[in-house]
Amino acid sequence: MIEVLRAGPLTTVQDLGRFGLRHLGISQAGALDPIALRQANIILGNDQNAAALEIGVGPLYLRFSSPCRIVLTGVDFAGSISNGTDTASVQRVLPGFPVNVAAGSTLSLQRPALAGAKATLAFDGGIDVPIVLGSRSTDLNNRFGGLHGRSLQAGDYIELADPGTVIPHQEVLVRSFAPSHVLRALPGPDYDLFDDATHQQFWLQPWGISHQSNRMGMRLKGKQLQLRQPVNLLSSGVLPGDVQVPHDGLPIVLANDAQTIGGYPRIASVIQADRWQLAHMSPNTSVYFQPVSHAIAVQAKQQQNHYFERLRATLDGLNAN
Amino acid sequence: MSTSASQAQHTIQVSLVGEDALLFEFSPITLSEVPLQTQQRIWQLYAWLDPQRSSLGLIEIVPGMGNLLLRATQKTLLNSLQDLVLSHWPQLSDAVTLGRTIEIPVHYGGADGPDIAFVAEQCEMDIPAVIEAHSQRCYHVYCLGFQPGFAYLGDLDKRLELPRRETPRLSIAPGSVAIAGSQTAVYPSASPGGWHIIGYTEIPLFNPSQSPATLLQIGDSVRFVPVGGVT
Repeated sequence: MIEVLRAGPLTTVQDLGRFGLRHLGISQAGALDPIALRQANIILGNDQNAAALEIGVGPLYLRFSSPCRIVLTGVDFAGSISNGTDTASVQRVLPGFPVNVAAGSTLSLQRPALAGAKATLAFDGGIDVPIVLGSRSTDLNNRFGGLHGRSLQAGDYIELADPGTVIPHQEVLVRSFAPSHVLRALPGPDYDLFDDATHQQFWLQPWGISHQSNRMGMRLKGKQLQLRQPVNLLSSGVLPGDVQVPHDGLPIVLANDAQTIGGYPRIASVIQADRWQLAHMSPNTSVYFQPVSHAIAVQAKQQQNHYFERLRATLDGLNAN
Repeated sequence: MSTSASQAQHTIQVSLVGEDALLFEFSPITLSEVPLQTQQRIWQLYAWLDPQRSSLGLIEIVPGMGNLLLRATQKTLLNSLQDLVLSHWPQLSDAVTLGRTIEIPVHYGGADGPDIAFVAEQCEMDIPAVIEAHSQRCYHVYCLGFQPGFAYLGDLDKRLELPRRETPRLSIAPGSVAIAGSQTAVYPSASPGGWHIIGYTEIPLFNPSQSPATLLQIGDSVRFVPVGGVT
């Protein structure tokens, strides 16, 4: 069992998300950076969908009452493990490098190396919270799932599921992906409501990331996009990755906690293989959209899945030796 | 990919959304609004596709207002899915009623229905007439969205149609009964919102630990029943 001594805002339990319920208005939730979550779970020998902590701001202090193997992925979070008062035994926690935590140790994660970027902290066996509507993910807006449907607080206890029988290899380092700040995208269903000049403007200008971005969506700053003429669209289902253009002309890239139905024109959709980058877009940085074909989008997703298959096979090979 | 077809008195526009979703937009050829009959066909489409989720590889089936979004697994052939839906559409009949009728008790007016006087004034009616106009209709769940269990209910009595508030409220209490445009709804959870709040119900609309998790389902009929005195 793990005791939460201190937790900054936006420290939530997430798995890969909640699916098949959008017709009831239930959002996906789940890890903003599924790449980091899948990496972490593969490193520990967990199911790729096992629940872990997504850490947004920090700091986070955890005390372990029993030994546990952990790994941090995503952005570096200035993490360390200390055992009692012996300051010489402080061990640094680096992304992608699993560590064994002794009983009685305290883990501290201070702050992301880049403000606004997210880290994933996974535990051997995964976090054991009840499965609600098919997922362990926290739905912050509607306060269910995860640990009591909210961000972690001091005094919380985290239970872990039983780890598998595989004894993972001790010495591995799996590199995190670096965000390119280029989001490949496909034209959306309302692309033709914008003229050619506006299309160029959308694809060519650097878009600033607004401070108002959150798990529902990444809000962008730049020169406003104008419709050919005002339209009143009927509400329809929307999905994470959709780029909506509301009345103010500033696009919003929908993220995991976005509502299920929307009525704003959708100029584009960010391809699934690039969506993890939304977890790392810091305010005051910028992002570009790059048009790609449907075939490229599908191929990029397949390549990503192949990466995880290779990673698992490689680590399984190490464990067998 | 964006194609149009004309079937069963509807123009059907099909668009690709991202790499694995299709949006079907059904526009009646003769009317500009979404008529109930189009929506009834969309409910039937939902009811027909829902049991086939695993065999067709469907992750999400999301009815909207006059449209349907399908998100498929990577292995699903979108062209085949599109053909399947377009060939099924003409087989659907008009005026098929799905779902149950659900009664929702409402305390109209007072502190929990703060906009009822404003609505009455704007609509040039008195408050009892507003309550009567709102509670004497049978509404249909056109679709759900915005929040878990938030049902878009239509159609409101034309006399009660008002644009949304100029300034949305920062927080609307769960259970608030509200109107905007040609629709009415009950807020299942606390939320910001721009609809006019005319009453309150104690009935929970969303409970994640129950199955089904939402009180209202696509195609259900809803009646609001006034309870208690009007304050």
